[in-house]
Amino acid sequence: MSNWVEVGQLDDIPKQGSRVVKTSDYNIAVFRTVNDEVFAIKDECPHKQGPLSQGIVHDRKVTCPLHNWTISLESGEALGPDEGCTNVFMAKVDNGVVSIDL
Amino acid sequence: MKEKLVMIGNGMAGMRTIEELLKIAPDMYDITVFGDEPYGNYNRILLSPVLAGEKTIDDIMLNTLEWYEENNIKLHAGKKVTEINRIARTVTAEDGTVEEYDRLLIATGSTPFIIPVPGHDKEGVISFRDIKDVDIMLDAAKKYKHATVIGGGLLGLEAANGMMQHGMKVTVVHLGDTLMERQLDKVAGKMLKNSLEEKGLDFRMEAQTAEITGNGRVTGIKFADGSSLDTDLVVMAVGIRPNIELAQKAGLHCERGIVVNNTLQTYDPRIYSVGESVQHRGNTYGLVAPLFEMAKVCANHLAHMGIGLYEGSVTSTKLKVTGIDLFSAGDFTGNEDTEEMIMQDATSGLYKKLVLQNNKLIGAVLYGDTKEGAWYFQLMRTCQDISDLRDKLLFGESHLGDSGHGGDHIGQMSDDTEICGCNGVCKGDIVKAITTEGLFTLDEVRAHTKASASCGSCTGLVEQILEFTLGSDYETPEAKPMCKCTDHSHEEVREAIRERKLTTINDVRRALNWKTEDGCPACRMALNYYVQSAWHNEAQDDPQSRFINERAHANIQKDGRYSVIPRMWGGMTTPDELRAIANVAEKYEIKDVHLTGGQRIGLYGVEKEVLPKIWADLNEAGMVSGHAYGKAMRTVKTCVGKQWCRFGTQDSTALGIKLEELTWASWMPHKFKLAVSGCPRNCAEATIKDFGVVCVDSGYELHIGGNGGIKVRATDLLCNLATEEEVLEYCGAFIQFYREDAHYLERTAPWVERIGFSRIEDTVVKDEEKRKHYYKRFLEAQKIVQVDPWKERAVDGKAKHEFETIKVVQA
Repeated sequence: MSNWVEVGQLDDIPKQGSRVVKTSDYNIAVFRTVNDEVFAIKDECPHKQGPLSQGIVHDRKVTCPLHNWTISLESGEALGPDEGCTNVFMAKVDNGVVSIDL
Repeated sequence: MKEKLVMIGNGMAGMRTIEELLKIAPDMYDITVFGDEPYGNYNRILLSPVLAGEKTIDDIMLNTLEWYEENNIKLHAGKKVTEINRIARTVTAEDGTVEEYDRLLIATGSTPFIIPVPGHDKEGVISFRDIKDVDIMLDAAKKYKHATVIGGGLLGLEAANGMMQHGMKVTVVHLGDTLMERQLDKVAGKMLKNSLEEKGLDFRMEAQTAEITGNGRVTGIKFADGSSLDTDLVVMAVGIRPNIELAQKAGLHCERGIVVNNTLQTYDPRIYSVGESVQHRGNTYGLVAPLFEMAKVCANHLAHMGIGLYEGSVTSTKLKVTGIDLFSAGDFTGNEDTEEMIMQDATSGLYKKLVLQNNKLIGAVLYGDTKEGAWYFQLMRTCQDISDLRDKLLFGESHLGDSGHGGDHIGQMSDDTEICGCNGVCKGDIVKAITTEGLFTLDEVRAHTKASASCGSCTGLVEQILEFTLGSDYETPEAKPMCKCTDHSHEEVREAIRERKLTTINDVRRALNWKTEDGCPACRMALNYYVQSAWHNEAQDDPQSRFINERAHANIQKDGRYSVIPRMWGGMTTPDELRAIANVAEKYEIKDVHLTGGQRIGLYGVEKEVLPKIWADLNEAGMVSGHAYGKAMRTVKTCVGKQWCRFGTQDSTALGIKLEELTWASWMPHKFKLAVSGCPRNCAEATIKDFGVVCVDSGYELHIGGNGGIKVRATDLLCNLATEEEVLEYCGAFIQFYREDAHYLERTAPWVERIGFSRIEDTVVKDEEKRKHYYKRFLEAQKIVQVDPWKERAVDGKAKHEFETIKVVQA
């Protein structure tokens, strides 16, 4: 069952940046790419739980600030020889408003 | 419809070309490959360890048969091509298979040269080239006792060593009077012979083979001087010849090899050739590193990109015989225009010979200790002027003020020796990854093992392991591209930024045809720094191209929380400041308060949202950001100097404060630390700082390029000055020169070693005009950046989004 929640304006998130949505269990990082696509993934690197929201966003990927693992924003999976995966949430933009499906 | 690419020869050079091509243009061609051998592609250079029983065939496979299927490559394994028809554009194999091509790649490699003496075709006379030869040798080791290798070169000695490992009595027959004369001088050749004799090999030097005797199968060898030798197996390893018959038959221009131009194209524009079959600028190559360089260029042209030229290679060799460390590169014989540096220690079995010409290293032979091989090779390939290194050159890079890592011989290290202390990677892990994953470059080893991927201090060791494991295959990197997004080096990018006045990172990427739309973490941060250091008045900062610490103006910790470290000018503080820090710590329940190495106080474990509140409180007490999180000027450490100390010669604390007021808030290629000591006892440790001042009775000694971190490096003494004003001017000029010249993420220590001390002395000390120019630019840039970033965020509300949660969802 889908549970879409509006989290804010697209313009609230910097291009090639991210903002954090807090839930009672964990944080979700909402990313905006250089082409204004949005993605939402759990704000924990599969390696050592680094906050991915604080990483460098490039292409549809984010590089973790702690040890430079690169995670796909589309699949939540670690790229390159690293292995691991973090949760992915559906995200969309309607009329400039960003929503994610919790 | 896709074009058809056919490759003849399923070896390392050809397959590397295909792999490079698949990387850059995966869908351009339908690819067909013909190979004589019934296998996939394997690492031919590692046949010696297979023969020696140190590796298995499976260990050395680079592309398995499944790999070809996965990549939609049609492989005709075990089919020998017999004809190329250039008019119909087809190739035909022995069994009648015909394939059409739009482009043809000939990578037929080379064949071992068999000396045409009587009896050379008897059973038991083989070469050492492929898996089949290894099988025959292994088989012979079970049935027979005595083997003979003709040829005391690299390959011959590896073959002899391998068979000896399997219990055979092996004699090496060599025409010359020293072994490996193409790689070694007489001294090293003799040392090698002694070591191999100790290991149990027999030698017949200056022996010319006249006949191979035996009835059907070989039983002995007769020499030109009438003597003879009994043997059950003869391995001929006297050299290789490019395989050009097929190309010749097709009417392609060949001399010793198939002649190609700088794009690896033959005289038929549809036909390319790479590898050992090629003759380029009169040279043929039998080592793998040059073949890989060719592969890269050839793939680029096959992909219609049309950039990249192959301009020949400098090669180096290592002998893959366990327990013998030997390295050779370039012109090691020299002539009347060259000079030599030689170190010889017969007792410890060490020999080093360096050949120099016009203050450049052009050749090297190392025996017994080869850990500096990669460094010498690098110096040769980059043609670096070694005037500054002269007195230490022979002792190696590890003697350039580096007392950190290194020292052990790679060959003698056990597999469980920890190489990378950051990520806990042992030698055995790295060797295994190199052999099983088929790795050839430092980047690949980093990606697969994480070795040297964090602080980088073990990079040299990892390169040595690569070199040791792969022997001559290892490619020492040349002028490297900045990152995978571009082919341009740091220098080329900076020059373009200056010459073409590029003030945003988007402009740079557009002007230099970046391969990726928005770059990668490596180039984004470097470009953002480069545009600002070149155009401090006009350039736009891109916060998203800064590492989180510089965006949040605090240092991210392992649990995602941050640290706060306010500036304490010259390491001085006051009761008021201490009270303010104590108040903040209590108010925000900060448990850990720690003294830093740079004479500051750090507060640890702060949630990001709280940062602006803490900064506001600290601002109120007059404190500002200490930039303890940035690639920036960090601290000026001082002692109390003549104000208090009975030995003090100058007011080191006051000078430290002045230096900090001059330099604070400046962005740098990497972190930058200063110190001022009041006397030569040097309590502020100024001689391991990026810029240090040691006060003396007559004035001030300036020291540069020190580092107390990963690699300890003591500073170089830049000059002596009489007044504080001069110290400030020289300091600003030195910093600005560093900022405009060093690569991003290059500390002053490696920078000084890379560009040479004399260039810095010339710029900052000897040339007053340049010094004034750099100092002026430094002051201009400082005018713009000296604004407290904490105040901007805590009081003026800048970059609010960075510190606020966008939404809280109640479950």
